Parts: sequence; C-alpha cells; structure tokens
Amino acid sequence: MIPSINITDREKITTADKVWALAFSIVAGLFFIGLIFLAFGVNPVFAIAKIFTGSFGSMYGIKETVTKAIPLILIGVGLAIAFRAKFWNIGAESQLLMGAIFGTWVGLNWGPHLPAPVIVPLMFFAGFVGGAFWGLIPAFLKIKFAINEVISTLMMNYICAEFLTFLIVGPWKGKTKFGFPYTDDLPASATLGLIPGSRIHYATLILALLTVAVLGMVIYKTRFGYEVRVIGENPEAARYAGIDFFKTTLIIMAISGGVAGFAGVGEVAGLHHYLSYPDSISSGYGFTAIIVAWLAKLNPFFVIIASIFFAGILVGGDAIQISLGLPAATVEIFNGTLLVFLIMGDYFLKHKVRFVAEPRTGHQTTKPLKTG
Amino acid sequence: MIVSVVRRTLIAGTPLLLGTIGEVICERSGILNLGVEGVMSTGAVAAFMVTFYTHNPWLGLMAAILAGMVISVIHAFASVSLQSNQVVSGLALTMLGLGISGLAGKPFVGKPLSVKMHDYAIPYLSDIPYLGEIFFDQSPFFYMALVLAPAAWFMLDYTDLGIKIRSAGENPQATEAQGVNVSLIRYGSIIAGGAFSGMAGANLSISYSGSWIEGMTAGRGWIVIALTIFALWNPMRALVGAFLFGGIFVLQYLLQPLGISPNFLAMLPYIGTLLVLLVIGLKDSRKLNAPAMLGEPYRRGER
Amino acid sequence: MKWSGESAGLVPRSCWQQLKCMIKIEKLEMAGISKSFHGIPANRDIDLTVSSGEILGLLGENGAGKTTLMNILYGLYQPDSGEIIINGRAVRISSPLESISLGIGMVHQHFMLVDNHTVAENIALGYKKTPFLFPQKKIETDIVAFSRKFNLEIDPLKKIWQLSAGEQQRVEIIKALFNGADLLILDEPTSVLTPQEARDLFRVLRDMKKAGHLIILISHKLDEIMALCDRVTVLQKGRIVGHAHTAAMDKKTLARMMVGRDVIFDIQREKMPPSDRVLQVTGLTVNSDKGYPAVKEVSFDIYKNEIFGIAGVSGNGQRELVEAITGLRQVAAGKISVNDRDITNRSPRKIYDSGVSHVPEERIKFGIAPGLYVYENAILKQHHLRKYSKNSLLAYGNIKSHAKKLVDAFQVLAPSINVQTKDLSGGNIQKLILGREISHDPVLLVASHPTYGLDVGATEYLRKQLLKQRMAGGAVLLVSEDLEEIFELCDRIAVLFQGEFMGILKSDDPRTADIGLMMAGSLRLPAAGVAG
Repeated sequence: MIPSINITDREKITTADKVWALAFSIVAGLFFIGLIFLAFGVNPVFAIAKIFTGSFGSMYGIKETVTKAIPLILIGVGLAIAFRAKFWNIGAESQLLMGAIFGTWVGLNWGPHLPAPVIVPLMFFAGFVGGAFWGLIPAFLKIKFAINEVISTLMMNYICAEFLTFLIVGPWKGKTKFGFPYTDDLPASATLGLIPGSRIHYATLILALLTVAVLGMVIYKTRFGYEVRVIGENPEAARYAGIDFFKTTLIIMAISGGVAGFAGVGEVAGLHHYLSYPDSISSGYGFTAIIVAWLAKLNPFFVIIASIFFAGILVGGDAIQISLGLPAATVEIFNGTLLVFLIMGDYFLKHKVRFVAEPRTGHQTTKPLKTG
Repeated sequence: MIVSVVRRTLIAGTPLLLGTIGEVICERSGILNLGVEGVMSTGAVAAFMVTFYTHNPWLGLMAAILAGMVISVIHAFASVSLQSNQVVSGLALTMLGLGISGLAGKPFVGKPLSVKMHDYAIPYLSDIPYLGEIFFDQSPFFYMALVLAPAAWFMLDYTDLGIKIRSAGENPQATEAQGVNVSLIRYGSIIAGGAFSGMAGANLSISYSGSWIEGMTAGRGWIVIALTIFALWNPMRALVGAFLFGGIFVLQYLLQPLGISPNFLAMLPYIGTLLVLLVIGLKDSRKLNAPAMLGEPYRRGER
Repeated sequence: MKWSGESAGLVPRSCWQQLKCMIKIEKLEMAGISKSFHGIPANRDIDLTVSSGEILGLLGENGAGKTTLMNILYGLYQPDSGEIIINGRAVRISSPLESISLGIGMVHQHFMLVDNHTVAENIALGYKKTPFLFPQKKIETDIVAFSRKFNLEIDPLKKIWQLSAGEQQRVEIIKALFNGADLLILDEPTSVLTPQEARDLFRVLRDMKKAGHLIILISHKLDEIMALCDRVTVLQKGRIVGHAHTAAMDKKTLARMMVGRDVIFDIQREKMPPSDRVLQVTGLTVNSDKGYPAVKEVSFDIYKNEIFGIAGVSGNGQRELVEAITGLRQVAAGKISVNDRDITNRSPRKIYDSGVSHVPEERIKFGIAPGLYVYENAILKQHHLRKYSKNSLLAYGNIKSHAKKLVDAFQVLAPSINVQTKDLSGGNIQKLILGREISHDPVLLVASHPTYGLDVGATEYLRKQLLKQRMAGGAVLLVSEDLEEIFELCDRIAVLFQGEFMGILKSDDPRTADIGLMMAGSLRLPAAGVAG
C-alpha cells in the first residue's frame, strides 16, 4: 500500500497559525544551519550563539545592527509597496546606487556653498530623484513593451554598477585621493551627523522611520494605497474595479526607487563620505531587502522588525568572520537557509498535507473541473 | 596579439556558455532559476576540493556536476513542488550556494592545485598556424562546451524529450493532459541546469585559475541569466553570445587606450539583453522562443 | 485483444490503408453511473450504450452532467457507483492513460494544444510510442497517412497558432486516432467552428462511423444532433430523461426534454408601463480571446422599469457581451450607449460613472478582493467617488457607515464589517456585491449568473432584489442559464446562440414555449420579434 499525499488548501488561517509557521521556520532553519556548520567542522552552537551575541549582545553590536538596518528599512518598505502591486523589483541595489550618485553630485558641487540644513535635504531629494528615475525605466519598459521586470531590473543593476565604476575611475576621480578610484570627500556640511559613539547616521534613521510611517499611511489610508492593496489581493478584481494599472505601476516604482535612493545618500553621506566601488557602498542591501519585505509579509511596520533581524544577521556574520575566521559569505548561508525554510513554512501554512493510506486511484481531484 | 585576444575570448566565454546551456534547458521547461551564481560557486569549490585531494581533475569535474545537481534540488523542490515564487527561491539558492562554497573553500584559500585540468592540444589540428593555437589547444572544458551546445540544441529541437520539455514550458496544462508528468520534467530540467552550472564552476576553479578564492564566480552566474535571454533560449545562439560577452570582457581594458571606456563596454551585454527583450515585446514573441509560461507556477489539476 | 488496461498499442500500419479496420470495441455500456461532488450530485444512475458504427448524441444544457459523465469514461474521475462495460466485460478506468489504452479518445471543448509548436510536435507529445530521435520527422508520414484516411487535411509542419479552429480540432482528432482510439468522444465540437468547418467535421465523423468507430457527440445543438446522430440520450440535471432514435424523433420533443419543463409562465410581476430607453446596443461585434467573433452584430435596447434577460447555454457569447458593455473587453464593431451617451470602448471606471453596475459571473474571481475586509470591499467600485476619498485620503467614517447600511439592508450575514471578505459564505458575498452595485442607484444593472451556486434562501433574496430594482425605476440586464429564473424575473427575453439573438420576445409571448429550440439553435424568429 503506497500512501498517497492529499493536499488541500487550508480553509482558515489565523494569526496564531502565522506566528507558529514563522517560529517553526526560524527554528527549523537554525537547526539546519547548525547541521551545515557541523559538516564543515564549525561548532554550530558556538557559531550561532556568536552571531546573536555579536549583533545584539553588546552595545557595539546593537549600534552596528541599527546602522545596517537603516538602508534595509528604507529599501524594504519600498519593496513592500512594489511587491504589493505585483511588480518584482530586483533592482533596488542599483536604485540605491543611483541615489548615491545623484546625492553625491549635489553634495560635491553645491555642498561647499550651502550650509548643512540646506544641503542635506537637497542631497536626499536628489537621491530620491535618482532612484526614482532608475526605477521608472523598468516600469516604463513593462508597461510599454511588456518586458518582464525581474529581468529588466536585474539588468539595470549591472548597467548602473558599470556606470558608477566609470564615474569613479574617470570624470569623478578624486583629486585628493592619490589616484585611488574614489571621489573627493563630501564637504563637511554635506556629511551626516552620527550619534556619538556609533556610526548611526541619525538623519537617515529618522528619515527611514518617517518613510515607514508615511508609506504605511499611504497604503492603509489613501485611495492610492487602497488600489495597490486591491491589485495585490486580486488583480482581476482590480481590473473590474476600474483601477488603472499603468498609473499605479509608475507611481509605485517611483516610490520604490526613490526610497532606495534615500538609502544610497544615507550610506555615502553618513558612512563613507565619498563614492567608491558599488560593492563598498552597498553590500547586497538591495537583495537582502527583498527577503526583508517578504518576511514582513509586505507590511511596512513589520519591515522595521524584519530589517533589524536581518541587520543583526549581517553584523553577526561580521562577528563570526573575525572571531572564528570564517569567510564573509558564511552569512549568506544564514540568509539562504532561513529563506528556504520560510518558503516551506509558508507552504504548510497555506496547505494541509495529509498522508492517506490508500492505493493511488489515478487523477482524483477534490475540486470538479468545469462541469457541463 | 590577435591570436592571444581571440584565444582568451574563448577561454572567458567557455564557463558562460556552459552555464547558459543549463539555464536554457531549465527555462525552456518554464522555470526561472536565479540561483546560477550560487550553483556555479558550489561546483567550483567541489571541483577544487576533490581535485586537491585526489589529484585527478576529472574526478573533480564529476564532483562539480554532482554538487550542482544536488544543490539545485532545493530550487526544484521550492518552485515545482511548493509552487513558491521562483524569484525568491532562486535568490535563496544563490545565497546558499555562495555561503556554503565560501565556508567549504576556506581551508583551501591560497593553496594552488598541483594538478590542474590541463589544456589539451589536439594532435595535427593544433599545428595549424594561428587557428591551431586558438581553437585546438584549449582546455577540455572548451571542447566539451563546443560539443554540449549543439547536443543540447539537438535534444531540445529534435528529440521526444525535447518536445516534452518545451511543451512543459509553453503550456503545462496541455502537456499534463497528454499524460506527461510536468513536475518530473521540470525537476529534471532544473537539475540538468545545475549540472551545467556546476561544470561551469569547475571550469573556473580547476582549469581557468587552478586555485580557490571566495567570490571566484564574480557575477558570471548573473551574466548567464542575461545571456540566456540574449540567446533567445537557443543553445546555438548561446554559443555565439557567450563568446561575444566573453570577448567584451577581454577587450574591455585593451580598448582603453583608444578612449573607449571599459565600463561602457561592459554595459553592452546588459543593454543588449534589454534590447532583445524590447524586440520581443514589440514583435510577436512567439517567433522568438520565449517560453510562454516561464516563471509561472503550475498547479496540477488547475484549468 | 487486451482489456486490463495494459497498453494495447497503436492500430497497426495496415489499418491506414483500409477503410474498415479492426476496431476493438464493439459495444460500450455505462450502467448505473452516479457521481457527486461535495454532496452535490452531477450524475444520477446513468445508463448509456454505444455500439460500433454508431454515433450517439448526448444532449443537455450546461450543468446537466454530460461532461462529468464523459470525464468518467475518459478516466479523469471515478464514479461513486456503477460500471463501465466493454464488449461484455466490466473494466476499471482509473486514469486517462488507461482509457486511451482501452481505445477511448476525447476531443475536449477547449483544445489541449501547445500554440507555439507544430502539429507534428503536438501529436508527438501525446503519442505513446513516439520515437526518441527526430520524432517530428518520423511521425510526419504517419500523420499524413491518417489525415488521408479520413480526409482530415492537415499540414504537420504548421504551427498551431497558424491554424484555424477547425484545423486545430483536426489535430486533436488525429492525436486521438494515433493512440488507437476506437471510441471518440467530442465535447461541443462545433462551438468554435464556422458552418463550413462544421460540415467538414460531420463528413469526417460519418466516414469514421462507416469504418466502424464509435462516436459520442456532446452537444446542446439540436440541429447537429438530428443531422449527425443515430441515437440520442438526453440528460437533465444529472439524470437521463430519455433515449431515442433520432429518426423517430422531432425537435420540439427533444427540446422540451432538454429544457425539462413545459414552459408555463407565471406572471407574479406587476406590469410596468413603458418607459425611457436606458441602453442602446447597435450592431455589436465582440471577439473572443481566440480572436473569432463571439458576439455577431447584436442589437437590442433596454428600458427603465424592465428586466431584460439573455437566455442560452453558456459559451454562446454571453461573457463577451457582458464584458463589452461593462468595459472589460474591447468592442470590434458597433456601438453601446447609456442614456444616449456613447460608452463604447470606454474604461471600466468611466462606464461605471455613466451608471452601469455589474454583478460579475465569477464572484470570487472578479467581484471582490478576498483578503480585504468587508467594509473595504463594500466600496470596491466606488472608492474613487468624492464621498469616500476626499483629497486622496479614504474617508473611513463614510465607508464604514455605508458598509454597515449595506450589510443590514441586504441581509449580509457577517460577524462584523471588520472580517475578511473571504470568510463569508458564497451567498453572503454575492449579497454584498449586489448591494454594493445597487447602492448608488445605477442606471443599468448588469447581473451575470447572479444566483449560480447559491442556496435557496440567497437565491430567493437576490431575485426579489432584482425585482425591487425594476419597480424602483431601474433597468436590469440579466444573463442566466436558469430558465426558471429567466421566466420569473424578465419582462423581455433574448436567446443567445453562437453570438446571435435567435429571438427577442416579451415574456408573455406564446412563442416562448419554443425557447428550448432557440437555445439549441434550431429556431430563429424573424427580426420583427425584436421590439419591446
């Protein structure tokens, strides 16, 4: 008797169910990560513990975690909106960089002439424009030419990375940088203040939290947000309801790209103070934010929690790199495994899987096909 | 000089071609696999480790193929059985692949191989002036790629299996209605894709460089994804495209004295891919091979 | 000859040359077949016989159980009770593969073909013995041979999307024959064909009959059943209501059997005085997804204080007609105006603002956003109105009070307006949708199969509401397959068949007795019967 598997959609999903699924995924994921560590001769308990203590166990760790969470929050909430409108924006990485580029231009050129309270908002504004511009291109391509946005946003990542490299080794190469491929430093007025004793550029942090609040309000309290939510729930019903997909897509990507641009300005003006290689400005924030948004179930407020969680993993990854001599990529194991278990958890949340001890009787379905 | 440039172009393009052949097969069955970078990396580290210990690069190659296949099962399970979002599970595969290979390869950093996969000069043919050196004195990976590309094309277009794979990507409902197990076909295609990506990784670690560093794949996996589209899902076009892309990366810095920015050159493959997509969007996509149901999860029994 | 479901293989090569060939199935019976889904019976104790060299017609409306019965024969479902008997031996068909190996083939209503591939590749996909190498080339000659045998002209090298509907159907038939089908089941085969293509199909079927094949033709079209079939079995609401030899039968009787009632109308409606025109449709032609016209130059008007019904079997253009009027589908030709304002091809929102409301056919798929709350769905179509969104901000106060009023007025049973809409039962979702669509006094309410799948109570309630609309000066366009509903509610009735109106009648017109004939395409009233 071969047991056959009977899979049906789960009728009712409660919040408790969702929490259980999440907890299960994380615990199972951690267990699996432990196994992987074990397989490579690393003490799993020690390593996992180190990741958490490294990020949340010390003041330094917490400050670093918050620093890394800032761009994740910004990009994450932008992606949450884009994904709700069913636009798969994989290009947040380059929207961040474009924002950094535009912001740096403003900072370098107008910074010396303008006081900080003027130049900083200008930079952020420029960053928003840059990111929005870069995000609108794939949106336009999708609307006009039906180009799959996963591919187009991915391509935009590479085009932008090359463009940035071009700038820093060419026209924007810093005169004070001894031939290194960096731009000059931003003038002091254009740099962001840090919370003393940390690297937290609080201006961007406040901006990030404000963005969450504003976008949260937009999603739940405005007509536009309502239309986005309807599209996310049921695109067919959205069409029936007369919702304009084109207009919505464009606005969404302007927002999503723009807030990623904010993050870009934050990274440059707050941490580095000059533009350099793409990898230094953004170490995969655009991709990590995808998982953040997904984990947060596209809810702007949960994005904050998810961002802190993943920022913690990133910081923890640095910690084990230093203390255990593990390669930086190790943290990717965390991300990857957790993601896989989250996917599985999501599946079991939505479907009831039962083993039925009957011999297979062909294509028995529980729902009738179209009868006639 | 030209000989050297052309030869290096072929060397650069070989891993791209290998990876693309696999991704083409995978995408033709309807599954988008964004995890190529991770699979390639896994293949690279597996090949390196086994070659390091056994001093046999062919065993290393087999290990890479096996590793690529095994790790691809994750994406297959997530996107076929769990019908999850293929973008998300592909990214998970990339992360896992990069992470595990980084971790596994740590002990081997800075330890070059004593035995690489050496180039092999085909007797007689390699004595031809100019052409001999370019085409017939190359890594075995090059020869394999040159054989596998047409083989894959032949398989897809002229065999029964190929019809099944392509049908699964075009119209899984109709395919299932003929009694073909679409899930099985897709699993097989994804795993086959993994084998090829693993091979591409092996190319990098045991033939191209002979050593291991973290991040060795350097974004080649993503180029493969672009190349798959640029080649319009056709392994023979991929052959041309891979060496074209490879050529750009070789020429990038050589053309610099001429005033051509290497970065703008490097952008060309990606802009080219976008242009291809544009053309597909404007013209009838049917004629250009884009698998109709690429990226859409298929639920059995759903009309 | 093997019956246990092992592969019986393809009809041997020699068969292609001969007209009469070794047909394995001499007689197939279905005895006492019953099948229910979720407690709702689809087939009740069905007996059916078909023999070699015979064409059997299976006649009935949508929902009568024809397709379910054939899906059982084809192995897609298992019967709850009953047997299938081939040549006197009971067989068990547990999958399509088994039924194919027993010699049963099915040509579905919606073709299962890969558009982008060639004919040869599609047939190779379905053929159990396709050679591994060069399959297209190898079966090309076989395909041509098969097509010659029954005069099914087809070019194996053409891509499916290049073929007409009739040619695509031929591919499906050849596919079935390739796998050795003796019994061929065709489900509504002429629904996508031109008259000429239908004639060609009939010729092919008659040739196959002469060669000894068994054919079951599922249809709701009387003319073709009478023309083609030797015998006919009529199903109604899951039961057999009669068998007959077509030669000994007349259309009227068959139509009545199919429709199941002697049409006696019951005027429980108050007669309303003639009023202003609200909707004017002239020469409307609308294309289906596949590109051919689903609605062909249809013209009609609707007035205030009336319910105008469109009757007919599903799939004759109702969906396309409704979508054209509500702005969800482009119009190929013709004009639609509401209160003398042209709304042809305008956006769904503009059409809504012109006063056209729509209760959609598939309520969950199109009518609501399931995960959103009840009060959010209460304004799905109206959220752009100033009342509900001042300066881009949603006015939740107004929205919620509106939702509460709706829920009370339309007896929507929900724990509160703050629950997710998908948690409501089907009937309550429909009441919510109806309430929403009526709430802003639409000029025209388009209701598409509004009581489909609802329990008696909800159905009753919804019908009363439609009548209320009518009394209050509204106009309703009702599309329904339920004749009882049509007669209970409508002042005028149009019967849609193959995209054309077979007749537009006042509901007290005695010719409504022939509605079955009109639905089955066998009767077309002269255009004089159009005016209201």
